[in-house]
Amino acid sequence: MEIRKGIAVSPGVSIARALVMDSREQRIPRRSILPSQKASEIDRVAQAFQDAIQELTKLQSGTTIDQDNIRDIFAVHLRFLQDASFRKRITDFIEKELTTAECAVSTILREIASHFAGIGDPYISERAADIYDIEKRLLQKLVGKSRDVMDPLREEVIIIANDLTPTQTAGFSKTQVRGFATEKGGRTSHTAIIARTLGIPAVVALGDIIDSVSEDSRVIIDGNRGVIVIDPNEDTIQEYREYAQNLRQLGLKLDSLKNKPATTRDGVAVTLLGNVEFPDEAKMVKEKGGQGIGLYRTEFLYLYGGTEPTEEDHYQAYAETVRSFEGKPVVIRTMDLGADKVPHGHKLHEPNPVLGLRSIRYCLQNLPLFKTQLRGLLRASVLGDIRIMFPLIGNLQELRQAKMILRDVMEDLDEYAVPYNPLVPVGIMIETPSAALTASMLAGDCDFFSIGTNDLIQYTLAVDRANEHVSTMFTAADPAVLGLIRSVIHDAHKAKIGLSVCGEVASEPEFIMLLLGMGVRTLSLAPPMIPEVKQIIRSVSIEDCNHLARKVGTMDSQRQIKNYIRDAAMKIMPEAF
Amino acid sequence: MRPAMLFVDVAGRYHSDIRVSHGPTTVDAKSIMQMTMLAATCGTTLKILAQGDDARQATDALRELVEVQMFHETPAKRPLGETKT
Repeated sequence: MEIRKGIAVSPGVSIARALVMDSREQRIPRRSILPSQKASEIDRVAQAFQDAIQELTKLQSGTTIDQDNIRDIFAVHLRFLQDASFRKRITDFIEKELTTAECAVSTILREIASHFAGIGDPYISERAADIYDIEKRLLQKLVGKSRDVMDPLREEVIIIANDLTPTQTAGFSKTQVRGFATEKGGRTSHTAIIARTLGIPAVVALGDIIDSVSEDSRVIIDGNRGVIVIDPNEDTIQEYREYAQNLRQLGLKLDSLKNKPATTRDGVAVTLLGNVEFPDEAKMVKEKGGQGIGLYRTEFLYLYGGTEPTEEDHYQAYAETVRSFEGKPVVIRTMDLGADKVPHGHKLHEPNPVLGLRSIRYCLQNLPLFKTQLRGLLRASVLGDIRIMFPLIGNLQELRQAKMILRDVMEDLDEYAVPYNPLVPVGIMIETPSAALTASMLAGDCDFFSIGTNDLIQYTLAVDRANEHVSTMFTAADPAVLGLIRSVIHDAHKAKIGLSVCGEVASEPEFIMLLLGMGVRTLSLAPPMIPEVKQIIRSVSIEDCNHLARKVGTMDSQRQIKNYIRDAAMKIMPEAF
Repeated sequence: MRPAMLFVDVAGRYHSDIRVSHGPTTVDAKSIMQMTMLAATCGTTLKILAQGDDARQATDALRELVEVQMFHETPAKRPLGETKT
């Protein structure tokens, strides 16, 4: 039995047989040919192209593809295969280097892919995955092996892959797939999107797992906690069966809570907002009883669609969401790209991207891009309760700079008499230790704080949670992290500005009592978790929470804190664990 | 890559030899490989040079695609799973 932790990108729990789709590099040995064999190798390339084109044309018109975006992707692949200069590059390689067709295809496509991967633009570097997909298809045609389109599945499976390519996901019927677990990927990767669309659990960024899984391994995937269990023992399977069963029952029970307030037993009201990654999740926030959006991530605008979003793109996206929330708060975070948010793990040319040009820093150095977003945001601000939030603020100067640019944009709008809300609330994410430590100064220049625990933990503890060697140290249940959170809450209350927590801890049942006890009254969390967290809030009293928080304040180790809050939460809501 | 695809499709309709430059790099406008490797992200200035009997029409059509139609992008292009209302 092996338990692995990754990033949960789509909720749910499944137990099924593993199906490994090995999309890792097929190593193609460099094989030389005799000059006399050149012509036949070049013919093989032509044949492979022709076969691949035929197959893609079929795939594209096939009934297995239900999404326009995937159709678009295949259309692009087709253009590549029909591109004479592309094919010539491969045949020229055979002519010059005297290699086999396989070797030429592999070498040239890798050259192109690494060219894309090396460009410091997330949208373009992401395209390397497309090139690998084309390479794979051509190689399969050359080797004559059947593609990894699966036979109609006879049983339920959980797909294990390095990173799913669009071809792979289009190539199998979805009815028998019970989950995706991938080695790579992030919240915005293809795998995540497809899983959400299908409503099945997915966990990504698991690191090397393929080697731990054999064809008949059983796998448990827990898309709520971001865990997979490989070859679980009977006890664990039983445990998870019950957990899955409980989740279903809990789900039914929790649905009845939808219209009830998130109020503690002793009458303290808590506001529950949703975190939204894609616009379609906004609907889910409402369905689950969320009272608004506490974190509207805008990265999707930059990562999909192919071109940099225009002011109108921004406006339309925000307008649609804020209109559907009729007067409820919608906190929109400005662009937060860079570091881990770059799809498929392709990094910008930075030796240490997490400490590099990311997020608000990137925006402040790319003003046209930043102003475009702010204009769209301000225009939408008349339609409802839009609030603007700047991510990764590290010091007061950055905050002032960002606000100055916001004012510039307001003046521009004034000039053209474009309406906007001049009193639009402006807040910041507190996710760096420097911001947390200077929160009392920052509070004077903004209307609210939102504590982003994921980055705050990473920067405070100097732990990369995607690094398996140290990831167990990554937790909010740490005296240093909690100390910072405590002082931020104190400073926000003192300055009488808004305060919420929007990091992952806000959706972890064991942390809810602690956060309430520390004085948090607004939580923004993943929409599927809203009912569960509401249930916890309705089951506790603030007095108990305060007591728990005081007790935790005296503890000096992660383990002690973790065990204590977990025990407390289990007493409140055993079915959530 | 969708914009590159549209660009290449439009260029392909003309007989003229069409070259696109971005900085020091010049590529064939009819090749999707070359166009995508140009890495022209949004906001890049491209120079288009066409030679042939329909050169004028070709450059006009490409200009139209990029500057006027903005690659037919509907406002707020959304990721998968979004239902349009």
